Amino acid sequence: MNAKSLVSITDYSKEKILRILDAAAEFEARPNRETLKGKVVATLFFEPSTRTRLSFETAINRLGGRVIGFSDAANTSTSKGETLHDTIMMVSNYADLIVMRHPLDGAARYASEVSSLPIINAGDGSNQHPTQTLLDLYSIYKTQGTLENLNIYMVGDLKYGRTVHSLLMAMSHFHPTFTFIAPSELEMPEQYKIFCWENGIEYREKRDLDELGEADILYMTRVQRERFQDLMEYERVKDVYCLKNSMLDGTKDTLRILHPLPRVGEIDMDVDANEKAYYFQQAKNGLYVRQAVISDALGMLED
Amino acid sequence: MEDSKKEMLVAAIENGTVIDHIASEKLFEVVSILNLAHSSSEITIGNNLKSEKQGAKGIIKIADTYFAPDEINRIALVAPNAVLNIIKDYKVVEKRKIEIPDHVIDIIRCFNPKCITNHEPMQTRFDVIDKQKMIVKCHYCESVMEQNQIKIK
Ligand SMILES: [Zn+2]
Repeated sequence: MNAKSLVSITDYSKEKILRILDAAAEFEARPNRETLKGKVVATLFFEPSTRTRLSFETAINRLGGRVIGFSDAANTSTSKGETLHDTIMMVSNYADLIVMRHPLDGAARYASEVSSLPIINAGDGSNQHPTQTLLDLYSIYKTQGTLENLNIYMVGDLKYGRTVHSLLMAMSHFHPTFTFIAPSELEMPEQYKIFCWENGIEYREKRDLDELGEADILYMTRVQRERFQDLMEYERVKDVYCLKNSMLDGTKDTLRILHPLPRVGEIDMDVDANEKAYYFQQAKNGLYVRQAVISDALGMLED
Repeated sequence: MEDSKKEMLVAAIENGTVIDHIASEKLFEVVSILNLAHSSSEITIGNNLKSEKQGAKGIIKIADTYFAPDEINRIALVAPNAVLNIIKDYKVVEKRKIEIPDHVIDIIRCFNPKCITNHEPMQTRFDVIDKQKMIVKCHYCESVMEQNQIKIK
């Protein structure tokens, strides 16, 4: 495996995370560079994700690199039954770096073992999406000025939402206090609570979205209808976990609201004008973080 | 019944290995993991034998065969309580507990239907995260499986 790969957020140490966030800040100050001149990056999207692909390809283009690849596996040899192994071997002949998204869990880890090139995971099924986590971290870092000792409130689908699990793991380096707010059907899985307990991280669990006065970050997630067996229950929960502007009265001035987007109904439109709403800027931060991750994978960041 | 009489239930061997204290329902999985179907050694299998410790147990006697630790520890996932008796000249010269390995390579199948290992011709790999409760984590999809969810590949 190439040591420069980024498959899971746990591949990065605390120091590495901080180095990437500092680099992201430099790319934000000056996004257009020639650092990737002469480099070819393959973006292999075995499942379509326009949002993520455009962010990666913009990052590569702004660094002066060239892009090859595909945006949907439907017209490639994969659809003719070629194994992932063989596709990765073939592409490894042409590119300097592979960015891949795949519908199956664990596909990126396997690709990183097959290829001698660094692999950046742009999402493998419902498993990992580490650049999403890094852009969340960068958004927190930028708005709070630090990652240390923050009160992080996670709201909504904490059971299936991979973004909150990865964020929890990544934040564990920085002495956070977590508040998990979710309906009983969607509460934080036991393994993550055990992880907190083992690492001396304080957390509490709540059912209701209220008493937000202590929060530094309010991390909202999508509550999806298909997660519920009982549709009546979904209708009830959907309204309980919807953030409205009036609920932000009495919260800290420095509170910021994050959401991985796209939102469905978890954040009322009347929140958008509040300066505490940060979800649109958050998405833009993905570009700088991906510039930093790509540069690092190609050995272009000074250690 | 005393141990010595119980042993009589299955023929004694002169030299070889006796694997004892296998849970009855896992006996044939042990047979499969050790690939005994393709062994030419003399093999005696007893199952549903009464055991005070575990209700019903299975036992396997393999003549003239000794296993390397790596080889035998593969059965840890299905038979963590198994005891290995090394027999020389009709006597037990060594009793060994199965050691639970840190990693399990290509023995069990991932229970996540969307795991890459269930779609590619490749080896499976699990990290044993709790040796007491026998909880494993897929190296690829990162799913966590408990002992009752473990299935042999
Ligand atoms: Zn798996």
